[in-house]
Amino acid sequence: MAIEDDVLVIGGGLAGSMAALAAADAIDDARVRLVTYKQSTLRHASGLIDVLGYTPDGEGPLVDPFDALADLPDGHPYERVGSEAVREGLAFFDEIAGDAYAGAHTDANALVPTHGGTVKPTARYPASTAAGLASDDRDALLVGFKTLPDFEAPLAAEHLAAAGAPFSARGVTISFPGIVRDDAKVTRYAHLLDQDESVATSAGETGAREALARTVGAHLEGEPRVGFPAVLGDEHAAEVRAALSAALGADVFEIPMGPPSLPGVRLEDLLYAALEDAGVRVTSGVPVVEYEAGDTAGADPADEAVAADGGSDADRIDHVVVDRHGAEIPHRAEQYILATGGLVGKGVRSERERVFEPIFDCHVPHAADRYDWFVDDAFGEQPYARFGLEPDRELRPLDADGDPEFANLRAAGAVLGGYDFAAEKSGAGVSIATGYVAGRRAAEEAGAGR
Amino acid sequence: MSDAERPTDDHVPGAKDDEFEPIQVFPEAEEMDLRPGADNCYKCSTCDTNCPVAAVDDEFPGPKFQGPEQWRLKRQDDHDIDDSVMKCSNCMRCDSACPSEVPLSQMHNTARAEYVEENMSKLSREYWRNRMLANYRRLAPLAATFPRTANFVTGLSITKWLGEKVMGITSEREFPEFATETFREWWTKRGGAQVESDEKRIAYFHGCYANYNTPEVAKALVRVYEHFGYEVMVPEQSCSGTPMFANGMLDDARRAAETNVEELAAALEDGADIIASCSSCSMSIRQEYPELFDFEHTEDVAANTWDAVEYLRVHEDLEGELEGTSLDGQSFAYHAPCHSRNQGLDGQTIDVLSAIDGIDAHDVGDSCSGISGTYGWKAENYETSMKIGEEMFEHMEDAPAETGLTECPTCSMQMGHGTGYEITHTLEVLEAALLGTELGTAGSGTGDGDADAVDGGRREAK
Repeated sequence: MAIEDDVLVIGGGLAGSMAALAAADAIDDARVRLVTYKQSTLRHASGLIDVLGYTPDGEGPLVDPFDALADLPDGHPYERVGSEAVREGLAFFDEIAGDAYAGAHTDANALVPTHGGTVKPTARYPASTAAGLASDDRDALLVGFKTLPDFEAPLAAEHLAAAGAPFSARGVTISFPGIVRDDAKVTRYAHLLDQDESVATSAGETGAREALARTVGAHLEGEPRVGFPAVLGDEHAAEVRAALSAALGADVFEIPMGPPSLPGVRLEDLLYAALEDAGVRVTSGVPVVEYEAGDTAGADPADEAVAADGGSDADRIDHVVVDRHGAEIPHRAEQYILATGGLVGKGVRSERERVFEPIFDCHVPHAADRYDWFVDDAFGEQPYARFGLEPDRELRPLDADGDPEFANLRAAGAVLGGYDFAAEKSGAGVSIATGYVAGRRAAEEAGAGR
Repeated sequence: MSDAERPTDDHVPGAKDDEFEPIQVFPEAEEMDLRPGADNCYKCSTCDTNCPVAAVDDEFPGPKFQGPEQWRLKRQDDHDIDDSVMKCSNCMRCDSACPSEVPLSQMHNTARAEYVEENMSKLSREYWRNRMLANYRRLAPLAATFPRTANFVTGLSITKWLGEKVMGITSEREFPEFATETFREWWTKRGGAQVESDEKRIAYFHGCYANYNTPEVAKALVRVYEHFGYEVMVPEQSCSGTPMFANGMLDDARRAAETNVEELAAALEDGADIIASCSSCSMSIRQEYPELFDFEHTEDVAANTWDAVEYLRVHEDLEGELEGTSLDGQSFAYHAPCHSRNQGLDGQTIDVLSAIDGIDAHDVGDSCSGISGTYGWKAENYETSMKIGEEMFEHMEDAPAETGLTECPTCSMQMGHGTGYEITHTLEVLEAALLGTELGTAGSGTGDGDADAVDGGRREAK
């Protein structure tokens, strides 16, 4: 027999987690399951929660993303769900994130320094980055590590100055006590600090936190804040920062890095802990490979009611099939949410002749000629960046004729098309807003059908 | 289809598609072809962030190197496999981490086998120690014949001292106790299956540990399945191969796998599905066999092998049956073994047990226990193993429970070793709930929970 749930979310990134959490929150006792294949692209993510940094026309950085939402073009995911839903979704995220994130006190974007020394407009930011905001006029010492070439502190400091940051930044590069290998993993730095492992220094064996603070302290020239690449602990990151800050007598902040990214890993951990608390059942490591549509002719009255509501006679998904190393496990739910990501997350895939969505084969609008999928200017307006599903205002993916593909399928996050999250800086915000809306609506509809 | 087989550019003026002749760029793959997998790697390093060894040992270059990067280096003839491959514990977490479907553990298994074959001296202590650990199955019958003597001897400090000095097996751990009656002896004495059925039939792959060390787990499986009306078959079987893969003993693993595939394929013929109670055994049959071997029926056997609880969940109304059962005041600190996680089973135990009244099961998080089969038994890995386990120990101690729960024999040893808790197996809990028997804790391997060993172990780890 199939494994039964009320709402089944496919995809375990930010959109999928938010959808599952919103569904579990919407209806008491809703049985919600999240199925995720490989690990999500959250581990590539900076951990910043942006809503909109630039308009689709490239204007920005925007001071207030909410001012710009009303002017977004038809079909943009924010236009589909409406700006009130964006606010609600963000408030829901704030509740889940608690102290781990900052920025909820204002609608305005914060400017967070990146590892390249640029500044990124973002609506929410991890607490670990809070002391580093570029709008803060206190001087900063940036510390890089010889064995971590992804962050070149002196260069980043110069870039910040060139970007017109209202403070003076100085960069130094040191050897990280306890790390010998040139390509030690970011998790190795984090683990050393998390466990405060004992390391050998010229002054004898000390804890890793003390050893690091001592090395950095020698370079400090009275700066009231010190920035490090984002490797300051994983499980006990707040404790590590507090210890370094106390030892240095200065505020300590992290600078978000490229993949693999610890702030992304921590966000993932935070979401999965919330899923567990909310009673969401998580099945991970296995793919959904196909689905079985319900027999609409023999549909029960509840099904027909839904079809009537939807204004079409769209099929219903009866169950999906999860492949566990060759064993096919059916999963049945009232409502399904597709949150499998975009081209990088492989929720949208491409071959030479077509761009497609691999599980339900939902319609992905794209030019017939693949030479029209891209433009020659690498940083130009790339059509492929907007590839994805086209949803109605209920977030149900539409077929080529503009009718819902299925009566009980919604989509959220990067699997949706019509926006370029990398250019707009809207990836996290769209995932949160659409995940929230898809999760709530799915749970309400499943609840009504019970 | 690769571009080599297609026109590279059908927009080039003058080029006609029908004139295109495919070029063979790479030689035809004769054996296992790892190229497509290596080419899938876009170097995001997600695997590296999941590697429990790389997080505690910066000498270990991580799965991205061990897999696709080393594979590429090996295209040049003058490169040996790097000896760091022996530091990989074969937890296989990188497999389910990879967002781009690179078959990392398959690459590690083949690289490790090549290293052992080409670069490890067959006269070295390391080789013979690894061979012995990998072939625990061969030693166990002897110990099982004289279990009390064996338990007495392995418990002696002189034995442990010799083990460390002579063989490089850590003296920090207590050897698992051998049962005075193996599962198969019990099965024979009992007269085999007590339920007969043409429709509902399973072949039980008990593996080595449930047979020689924790027959209570195997008995629980039989009783639970008979409760649901299944005829249980217990076919002849060898080791699943897990410890052999992890030690690069691929020839030993091949021999064991061949026996298993033959016996299990015969059981499939008889209308049975294959059920395992150990998460590494099921992992091995389901994933490693088809990745590494091509005996007849390998795919069939893999596709019809199930985890014991998973099977009941899909084929029976397990949760419905558990509604109304109760085990009052039982709290468990549950650890999902990495090899369960890789089969998509990490949430299953907590899910299923939530149907039983009075049970409070806490997931202790997604960290690795650190022992990874034979890995943590090696003297040179003991410290790494305990460092990896630290997070799980912390979470177990934070959880409001005094009993551990897991489905992997060696995770269970590590849990007992690090916390001093008794550890039980999910099947034993199901047996207690469904059949009203007293809850056992056979999974702990027993005798490994004395406070001195625990403290000693933890101090070492820090």
